[in-house]
Amino acid sequence: MAVVYVNDRPIDIGSERLNLIQAAQKAGVLIPHYCWHPALSVVASCRMCLVEVGERKPDGTVVMQPKVVPACQTPAKDGTVVVTNSERARYAQQQTLESLLLNHPLDCPVCDKAGECLLQDYSYRFGRAHSRLVDDKNQPPNKPYIGEQITLFTDRCIMCTRCVRFTREISGTAELEVVHRGHHAEIDIFPGRPCNNKLAGNVVDLCPVGALCSKDFLYKQRVWFLKSQASVCADCSTGCSVFIDSNKDVVYRLRPRSNPLAQGDFMCDEGRFGYHYINARERWTRPLARGPSGLSPADWPSLLATLRRELRAAAQRRSWAVVAMLSPFLTCEEAFLLAKYFKGLSEQVRLVLGPVPIVGEDDTYPKDARGRPVQPVKFTIRAEKCPNRRGVEEVLRHFQGEVVTFDVALRRADEGQVEVMYLAAGYPPRPHGWITPEQGAVLAKVPRLIVHDLWDSPAAQAATWFLPAASVAEKEGTFVNHAGLAQAVRRAIRPPGECRADGQVFWELLERRGLFHAPAVRAELAREVAFFAPLGSADLGEHGMQLPGAPAAGADSTTPGGAPT
Amino acid sequence: MPIAESDVRWVEEPRLGILEQLYVPAIVEGLQTTVQHLFQRKITVQYPEEEPTAVSRDFAKLPANYRGVHRLNRDEQGRVKCVACYMCSTACPAHCIDIVAAPSPWPDREKYPETFVIDELRCIYCGMCEEACPVDAIELTTLYDLTGLSREEMMFDKEKLLSVYDQTVKAGTDPIRTRAGKLSVASEPPLPS
Repeated sequence: MAVVYVNDRPIDIGSERLNLIQAAQKAGVLIPHYCWHPALSVVASCRMCLVEVGERKPDGTVVMQPKVVPACQTPAKDGTVVVTNSERARYAQQQTLESLLLNHPLDCPVCDKAGECLLQDYSYRFGRAHSRLVDDKNQPPNKPYIGEQITLFTDRCIMCTRCVRFTREISGTAELEVVHRGHHAEIDIFPGRPCNNKLAGNVVDLCPVGALCSKDFLYKQRVWFLKSQASVCADCSTGCSVFIDSNKDVVYRLRPRSNPLAQGDFMCDEGRFGYHYINARERWTRPLARGPSGLSPADWPSLLATLRRELRAAAQRRSWAVVAMLSPFLTCEEAFLLAKYFKGLSEQVRLVLGPVPIVGEDDTYPKDARGRPVQPVKFTIRAEKCPNRRGVEEVLRHFQGEVVTFDVALRRADEGQVEVMYLAAGYPPRPHGWITPEQGAVLAKVPRLIVHDLWDSPAAQAATWFLPAASVAEKEGTFVNHAGLAQAVRRAIRPPGECRADGQVFWELLERRGLFHAPAVRAELAREVAFFAPLGSADLGEHGMQLPGAPAAGADSTTPGGAPT
Repeated sequence: MPIAESDVRWVEEPRLGILEQLYVPAIVEGLQTTVQHLFQRKITVQYPEEEPTAVSRDFAKLPANYRGVHRLNRDEQGRVKCVACYMCSTACPAHCIDIVAAPSPWPDREKYPETFVIDELRCIYCGMCEEACPVDAIELTTLYDLTGLSREEMMFDKEKLLSVYDQTVKAGTDPIRTRAGKLSVASEPPLPS
């Protein structure tokens, strides 16, 4: 047990190895800092976290150090005394900010960071209002090409070197460097070696000021218009915790949300910039029914009534000829409701797992100069490009004891043994696609094909009925990642056009009244399916919940990146 | 911050005497005002036969800080002065300003408005946009006779707002009100003495 005194307030930090910034955080005191980041090494270069430090001796006397010291570099131990609000500490903070702002341009109105900028926040809280600089500011030219996605406004940089340390320590690719010295120091890339690694987007989040900006988001929105929703990235089975930032039902960016259980502090560029399909105009947003002249718009109530009638009739006639596909992009709740509906029609209805997109191999970071992975692994981009295979598999296992693959269903369709097929797809459009034209041709042999998807595909072309699906930003539910971590997916925007959240469609197929409410269905799922039993007890919270008894088939022992060192 | 009890001064309503309760003095006082106006110089303008303008004869003069139709100012090179910082649309209580920003085509600027649309029907002409603008790009002019035959016509886009600038500058009715950090005469007219 170790007690640290933060501004005269004792706080017990137990046996944790913390620096003074973290210890003060526990006491609810903010020590301003720029260069320190929990996932990166300590350099103590920005000098923003200067505080007065002393020690309380066993006899109760306090001995203070004669000068202010950086809190990020000072470990907290039993009896450490931190003073952040004394005259001297405040003076140090003011002086540091004034010096950091010497060459910082006053272009907040055109800066993308304005509104979430630590320089603004700290200047307001800790800074002084006036600069005493009488000379011209040093304003080096901007560097618009740091990487495909990154631009550098050189004059805004305060040389905290977080970005440089990120490329050296987390991605390992070391593209960024500091050139020149002292007053003229700048961030730059090596000639002809742009910062294009798969984690490059993180340097934009790490930048505490508006120096490194994302070209994808540049000038799109002011950040104070955005609403952030804590959710989960759906692009691979790591299941990175993210914030989905949206305004007026348009998603503008994804940001990583720190989650030590899932991925750490970062996310990959595939996920970060892979959200554009959500806003795409090409999405199919109306329910369609095939008439004499091809697919034509239908309305939800009558279409759902038709589907219920057709499915019930087919299940009564030849129940083994009814097949439902549950894609790994469904949430656990949705998969549960759909499986429950089909198994309610008849026990003989076959449930299959949709194709699981696998692209290449797991990509681990950091890498060395030759691009070879280095141990210890700090970040993994999974080859399995879907968020919830584990969860859907467990639902399938509960309802029919085994997981049948989509190929089996296709083979049976080819033999003409499938009468009705329901494809709950919801796959985002990716270059590899979830279904090939040949498979689509096989599906065309199914007399009644129901496709529930976002996008045009060979399956949609063969559909008898098409239902527009909701994307991950429009859903509520639970995703279970590769390691059995259940995380809550929350709705950030309303579905476009006539789209409905998938859960609501399944809810109505089940002829339940009212609206689909994910926490209620989650509780039902926890009651009925043993694997999900822990989810019933509490809210999933910010970091999600590790499900016990998860088979360790696909799981490996890689530690999430960005654990505090 | 809540108001401290020490800063609050309680004022008692004066009690009415017999004379006040009759209301006769109050009626006489009111009639005095009416009669005074009968003999004063008339300030009513016979609109639309007479049109008040900012530079017309002084009996029909608009105050120099009258808040009418918006304009977007041009800089010395004739480009739109706006830097698309969204301060006006943030400050706007009626949410009538819609901006789409883009990287600017000029080397000396980073950002400019690709589109800039003000819904003049939604606007309440409060002047907050003008106050919020850090580069003095948006101003309200003294044009008050704003009419249109459709709602679409009243959505003023960037070209239209720049043309309002050209028009009002040429007519000389509206000098530029604000200059970086300093308010010009037009924005703070002398109080009537």
